[in-house]
Amino acid sequence: MQIYLPIAEISANALTLLGIGGGVGILSGMFGVGGGFLITPLLFFIGIPPAVAVATGVNQVVASSISGVLAHLKRKTVDLKMGTVLMVGGLLGSGLGIALFRYLSGLGQIDLAVQLSYVVFLGIIGLLMLQEGLRAWYRTSRPHARRRKLHTHTWVHNMPLKMKFRVSGLYISVIPPILVGMLVGILSAVMGVGGGFIMVPAMIYLLGMPTKVVVGTSLFQIIFVTAFTTVMHAVTSHSVDILLALFLILGGVVGAQIGTQLGLKLKAEQLRILLALVVLAVSAKIALDLFLRPDEFYSISIPGRH
Amino acid sequence: MARALLFLIVILVALPVRAGEIVGALSQNRVSLTANFSGTEILIFGAIRHDGATEDAAPFDVIIVIEGPRQPVDIWRKDRRMGIWVNVESVNMASVPSFYAVATTAPLSQILDAEEDARYRISAAHAIRAAQAVGDVGDLALFTSALLRIRARAEQYLALDRWVYLDRDILFRANVRLPANLTEGAYTTRMYLVREGAVVHQFRTAIFVRKEGIERWLHQLAYDQPLVYGILALFLALVAGWGASAVFRYIRH
Repeated sequence: MQIYLPIAEISANALTLLGIGGGVGILSGMFGVGGGFLITPLLFFIGIPPAVAVATGVNQVVASSISGVLAHLKRKTVDLKMGTVLMVGGLLGSGLGIALFRYLSGLGQIDLAVQLSYVVFLGIIGLLMLQEGLRAWYRTSRPHARRRKLHTHTWVHNMPLKMKFRVSGLYISVIPPILVGMLVGILSAVMGVGGGFIMVPAMIYLLGMPTKVVVGTSLFQIIFVTAFTTVMHAVTSHSVDILLALFLILGGVVGAQIGTQLGLKLKAEQLRILLALVVLAVSAKIALDLFLRPDEFYSISIPGRH
Repeated sequence: MARALLFLIVILVALPVRAGEIVGALSQNRVSLTANFSGTEILIFGAIRHDGATEDAAPFDVIIVIEGPRQPVDIWRKDRRMGIWVNVESVNMASVPSFYAVATTAPLSQILDAEEDARYRISAAHAIRAAQAVGDVGDLALFTSALLRIRARAEQYLALDRWVYLDRDILFRANVRLPANLTEGAYTTRMYLVREGAVVHQFRTAIFVRKEGIERWLHQLAYDQPLVYGILALFLALVAGWGASAVFRYIRH
């Protein structure tokens, strides 16, 4: 069934949209990432204009995160204080990201910028996660191997403005979480993602938060930042397509619930390796598009419209 | 249809005699872009009125042109920079048709002289008015031909040879399919009566394409009340997300 999307101004297959939403929703529920890093490129691939894909992807992340964040709040696996600090940084970053997005759109290089950010960020994060996941797996399969120290003191612990985060069991400066939040906010606006793929590793490796609260806390930050980004994109570039979002959300919310249940059954190390592989695959696909000689050297864009 | 045709013929008969005239109509002159719009087929039909000396004159041909609303375009060229393919230079054209279809009774080059084609801007290559292209590039023609090539491949610019069916040299009709990705606006429809390579007469009408229903409402809200629209998008996302969570909780217990 074809539906006409009023803002993207193209018609798309409803089942394709539901499928994209559902598939990404499962991953989103399993890993605690919003899924935007998959939704947005998939929307590019089916011909949605990049600006609409980014803004609508962010809107979809709101929906896929609320169900997750409610589940985590109930299980008390959210560090509300840390979440709030990350959120403050996120809102600042989102504002910056929106301005950057508009500037690059004006230059005609927004597609390239978005694709490059995907390749770079997903590539690095994917490799780091894969390495860490494989190492952890190796450790669990050989129980007598040397364990990593539970708590290591790094430069993060020597900064001013320290604050106690009881749920995470941390006493650290608010500057690193604010900066992490800001980076995630910028990426949210430019790439149409929640930013979980950056924030989750940053929380584990940089801030040293316990894995138990990482997913819930990142979802908590994501919901506020993506909510803000959605409204900002709608106001500044009129590029949120509600109809497109609704189809993605319908698929996504169902997928997310299935994914959350699956995530509880699978082992953390395997999950991490799986997510790393998914992230690397997306990165590689986009990189190929940039590196391979295109069939058509010319392309058409309509100025002033997304 | 039959009544419309009869009406056309009555009009034609009533017209004063000239070298040959063409009158046409459309099966619909309003297209609504609704949520389930997936393209539509338009029947273009009409009649030809002959002058007195029908027997010894050359036969008529008919050319039908449908031109979508004009819009500006940027045509970008990619090149390899540091190993990756990036947009390096662009050409702007202030106004080119968003959709363009030329349907004819026989291949265009056989029935229409090149000068006449240029004068009436009938084929897509003339309709885009290549001279308006501006850009700091080596060869503008490469960009304008890329526009024609890309739009033809996307089936936005169509050359429908032998698409118009001419019945007993009096009645003509053609079915033209409008694609799903239509731009809102007026689609001018021109019908040319051609004889011996020259345009004898032409007739113009238009198809009005506009968003309707929820599409129209959402589009207007997005542009007129962006803040309200943004909050609505947010609200729907939250309700859908929370609703699904509630439903699943209910199912599980």
